[in-house]
Amino acid sequence: MTRSGFVIANLFRKRTRTILTLLSVIMAFLLFGLLQSVNHIFNAGADFVGATRLMVQARVSFTSPLPISMVPKLEAVPGVARVAYSQWFGGVWQENTPLFVFSVDPLRYRDVYPEYVMPDAQWQAFANTRTAMIAGRQLAEQYGWKVGQKIPISSNIFPQKNGSKAWAFDLVGIYDGKDEDWKKRTNVAFISHDYFDEANQFGMKGRTNFFILKLSDGKPAEAVSKAIDAMFENSPDETKTQTEKDFNLGFVKQIGDIGLIVRWILFAVFFTLLLVVGNTMAQSVRERVPELAVLKTLGFTDGSVLGFVLAEAAALCLFGGLLGLLLATTLGAMVEKGTGGQFALRLDVSVWLIGIAAIVLMSIAVGLLPALRARRLRIVDALAGR
Amino acid sequence: MLSQAFAITGINIRSIPERWGSSLVIVIGLAGVVAVFTALLAMATGFESTLRATGRADAAIIMRGGSNAELNSGLDRDATELIEQQPGIVAGADGKPQASAEMLIIAELIRKDDVKNGANITVRGVEPTAFALRPQLKIVAGRTFTPGLRELIVGRGVLRQFQGAELGKVVRMRGSDWTVVGEFASGDAHDSELWTDINVARSTFGRNGSSSVLVALDGADGLQKLKSAVAADPRLTLDVLREQDYFSGQTKQFRKTIGFLAGVVTLIMALGAVFAALNSMYAAVAARGKEIATLRAIGFGGLPVLISVMIEALLLALAGGVLGALTAYLLFNGLSVSTLGQNFTQVVFNFRVTPELIARGLIIAVVIGMIGGLLPAIRAARLPVATSLREL
Repeated sequence: MTRSGFVIANLFRKRTRTILTLLSVIMAFLLFGLLQSVNHIFNAGADFVGATRLMVQARVSFTSPLPISMVPKLEAVPGVARVAYSQWFGGVWQENTPLFVFSVDPLRYRDVYPEYVMPDAQWQAFANTRTAMIAGRQLAEQYGWKVGQKIPISSNIFPQKNGSKAWAFDLVGIYDGKDEDWKKRTNVAFISHDYFDEANQFGMKGRTNFFILKLSDGKPAEAVSKAIDAMFENSPDETKTQTEKDFNLGFVKQIGDIGLIVRWILFAVFFTLLLVVGNTMAQSVRERVPELAVLKTLGFTDGSVLGFVLAEAAALCLFGGLLGLLLATTLGAMVEKGTGGQFALRLDVSVWLIGIAAIVLMSIAVGLLPALRARRLRIVDALAGR
Repeated sequence: MLSQAFAITGINIRSIPERWGSSLVIVIGLAGVVAVFTALLAMATGFESTLRATGRADAAIIMRGGSNAELNSGLDRDATELIEQQPGIVAGADGKPQASAEMLIIAELIRKDDVKNGANITVRGVEPTAFALRPQLKIVAGRTFTPGLRELIVGRGVLRQFQGAELGKVVRMRGSDWTVVGEFASGDAHDSELWTDINVARSTFGRNGSSSVLVALDGADGLQKLKSAVAADPRLTLDVLREQDYFSGQTKQFRKTIGFLAGVVTLIMALGAVFAALNSMYAAVAARGKEIATLRAIGFGGLPVLISVMIEALLLALAGGVLGALTAYLLFNGLSVSTLGQNFTQVVFNFRVTPELIARGLIIAVVIGMIGGLLPAIRAARLPVATSLREL
């Protein structure tokens, strides 16, 4: 019998116990995988950003709009290549489903976000049709929108001149992302700012929530941000400029202390799990004290006896852990699909890596004590049952 | 039979110290499940009770039709004035309708544990009537703002979570300095706000109307009167909501999200705990095989054995549940956190571990203990006496 065969045979001498322990390990890692990926959304959601862009908003908060007349001033700042702007529309689909709808200047937006791809004819149609709207592929697929349709969308903020909040736009294009990451970010619709500004009752009076700046290659974002904020200091329209990445991070952080709570749960789960598996291992070593003594009598070294016990713990953790992570990946994918990509519960490589690190750590934590005990065993005492 | 069951249970429980390890697995496993469950729902309960406490039943909030939140709403000056003349509004001490036009501005403050990312905070511009409409709001330090000056008063919740708005500090908004002159406590969602004079806010932010109007209702049919008057006026497109309903309505989404999270996490952890409990109880039964067989041989029935194992599992589970609930209470009760509310601003609230939540946690513990004890108990009751006695 090979050594690995011996370890496996040992695991199955108490089949119920092994299976039950394995199941609890699987459950723990299923939870670990899911929570870790939620944690990931909160912490690293902003990692992914294409070109270096800056977001300019009003210093007081982004809900106070800034005048579009700032565009030429922003463009004159050294290092700024192109300026786009966008305004939150408060879009609502049918009864009460909120939609991400922004009003933009079409061609400026296209220049600043080259990651969004759409046929040129559709960009031109977006720029030249007053009531035009373009939608991301995900969004269009979710609601079955086709190019050429009139899409009714309400706003929970802006009434039209006639007082009605029910708007309708002509869908002239459907854009997609240039790669996998950007394809997952196609759940936003855009309308033309000119039309929006003119048709809404209160009028934005030429104002917008955000300016998005594309920088010339190699220009330090830090210096450009400072120059812009200094330029508007002490004016009624003081600005706050930050990189797109920082902006996204700050936006996610607004949701609050959920990350902290997730970490608490992870801690509780792991502590519980450590005890369960550790106890099982200790028990199985305790029961086998005479056997281990026989092994030593036969000439197995202290080191290899320690190895057997450690390997058993590692096998349990590894098998259960991998199965749990696999289950979490499947479930996460189901959640992502079920919510139409809104809640991207993805177990990507980094979550798996953390998971595997946790498996290794756990194998050592639960296996080491029993294994050391097995190593210390003195043959005479063990055989005598002392 | 009952006395038999008690006798065996007594022996079992007295022998627990000899198998600390495996008994502890059940206790700790269930403590984990109950602690996580209680903590998550305590968060939802805390958020809910903060918002529930905010609205009065005899006041109404009026916003532009279809707005859902004050942030989205905007009323021009004419509409604001027209609203205050509608029927159904009670008259204040000065004989004028008791109504407060309020303007919502969002400012950014930095969280205490952060250095650069700002979080959205509500700045509420109010009329003097606002204080009469919210009698629970008290100034606890400093003084209230002076109408016409750029002065702010700050809610207690803001001070707990964010920096830069302490008494005497200056907050920059739209190129001007606003001094914090007072601190207030209201014990509800307004604790997460800064307040100022609406007219100063109007001139600074270049807006002349309001976001919403809060009015005290005149009697039980006040709301109905106000609603029908507003609906009949062609100049107004408004939503009229009982203030209490407006705030309670904001908790639904949060409750749903946290409820879902708590459900999934608890279910998975509970399954893990059931497997662990099964494991421990099987081990306990196996370790006592000879003892049980001896009892059976001297005349104890199978059912008392079964009951005794079940009771042991239940007691261990209950101990775990109590430990878990206690942990959740000590670690989380009163913990102050904040999250985004309806107005896209931070709502500060405290975790609340209520007796009801603890009871629910204990029920979960008992159910898991029952499931974890049942199969091992059946095995114990069916143990073949002769073979068990022969085994060494």
